[in-house]
Amino acid sequence: MKISPIKLIDENGRRIDGRLPHEIRKVKIESGVLKNADGSAYIELGNNKIIVAVYGPREVYPKHQALADRALLRCRYSMAPFSVEERKTPSPTRREIELSKVIREALEPAIFLEEYPRTAIDVFIEVLEADGGTRTASITAASVALADAGIPMRDLVTAIAIGKVEGLLVVDLNGLEDQYGEGDMPIAMMPQLGYVTLFQADGRFTAEELKEAFKLANDAIKKIYEEQKQALKRKYLKVAEIGEI
Amino acid sequence: MTLYIKHKQIVVPGELIIDEGKYVVEGKVYCINKRYYSKVLGLVEVDEENKRIKVISLKGKYIPEVGDIVIGKVIDVGLTNWTVDINSPYTAILQVTEVFSKPTSISRNSLSQILDVGDIIIAKVIAFDFTRDPLLTIKESKLGKVTKGTMVEIDPSKIPRLIGKKGSMISMIKDMLDVDIIVGKNGRVIVVGKNPLKEGISTLVIKMIEKEAHTTGLTDRVKIFIEEKLREVKQ
Repeated sequence: MKISPIKLIDENGRRIDGRLPHEIRKVKIESGVLKNADGSAYIELGNNKIIVAVYGPREVYPKHQALADRALLRCRYSMAPFSVEERKTPSPTRREIELSKVIREALEPAIFLEEYPRTAIDVFIEVLEADGGTRTASITAASVALADAGIPMRDLVTAIAIGKVEGLLVVDLNGLEDQYGEGDMPIAMMPQLGYVTLFQADGRFTAEELKEAFKLANDAIKKIYEEQKQALKRKYLKVAEIGEI
Repeated sequence: MTLYIKHKQIVVPGELIIDEGKYVVEGKVYCINKRYYSKVLGLVEVDEENKRIKVISLKGKYIPEVGDIVIGKVIDVGLTNWTVDINSPYTAILQVTEVFSKPTSISRNSLSQILDVGDIIIAKVIAFDFTRDPLLTIKESKLGKVTKGTMVEIDPSKIPRLIGKKGSMISMIKDMLDVDIIVGKNGRVIVVGKNPLKEGISTLVIKMIEKEAHTTGLTDRVKIFIEEKLREVKQ
């Protein structure tokens, strides 16, 4: 474990960016931001800025990858070279390849893939600015983009990271807390159905902390879920207002 | 039994619609633990009289169904068939036997003389079961190659709105603008009119319906819109 050069929690119990331990960062989600894509979404979670484009269902190329009984879900998570302080090489790194897989597996159970055999659904995730918790924000935005594309889903998928900083459980880690904290636990859920689709953890957590973390994640996810719902509906309500006059 | 939504409400995937019970629920929904949830980003229609609830998708790709009239574009000429793009994840096949009613022997060159790459055709889906590409026919009347008119592409899920209740919307546009409109289930619409200006107005009207498909009182607004445009043209 690296020793933190700064105090992550001050004497008033405030975190480094002034939040309380159980407070999430400011969330802003927008749907339908890209014109060429079938569905798209943009999310701002604190300093994270991520854009997601969804194409599909469409024909699979190369054709041999097509599955006879369901659609093929492909995810690409990539970080822009300017998204972090030190330039990130544009070629996919080990971390990006892994995250692509993790995100795909978090989204897969939510989609009715069996409705479109022999097709592909492509999800492109582009991180413009990263500050801790990009995988959770990506999952949140990707599910909005999928819904915006009109793809049938069981539920939206919402994700949040729970962390441990100076022995205390905190919700929604930022970059510094992620780097110097004692643990990081991203959780993705289908909020309406209550299913967990992603659960990872590094660091040490006791059984009690795990239970507590789940409860905290549940509360945070409920809040973000509302934001996702609004983002999807807003687009259509805007047109409706013009229409009614 | 509770109804969790209102008539004409927009729902997101996974939004609870109703407990199993008095209502017949149809459209893009699924059922777990005797509760109905929406599958898509859609619009709910509650019919209190017939006790029916329907969820209509607001967006989506066209999935072929047997019997659908579609408007396709020829993208490849083969030895005994044509490959047709029907604005869907599945490309369609048009076989020679589905073009001629009599048996004919044809060489490859003559195949492209009948239909070439880029040609637009009105066709009917005769077979599709997801395991193979859909098959088309142009043997019946009113089907075949399109030689004139303007093609407009809209979201396939908005096609029922363009047609309207018992064809009210489409017949109104046809009457007011004196054009012929052929609607393909796959989201492509062909407008044929004697007056190119009126053809242009029709395409604008179709685009407007696509954009405002989920709002109420659309027929009246379309009517006003056409009248306005007609007045502009006269001046």
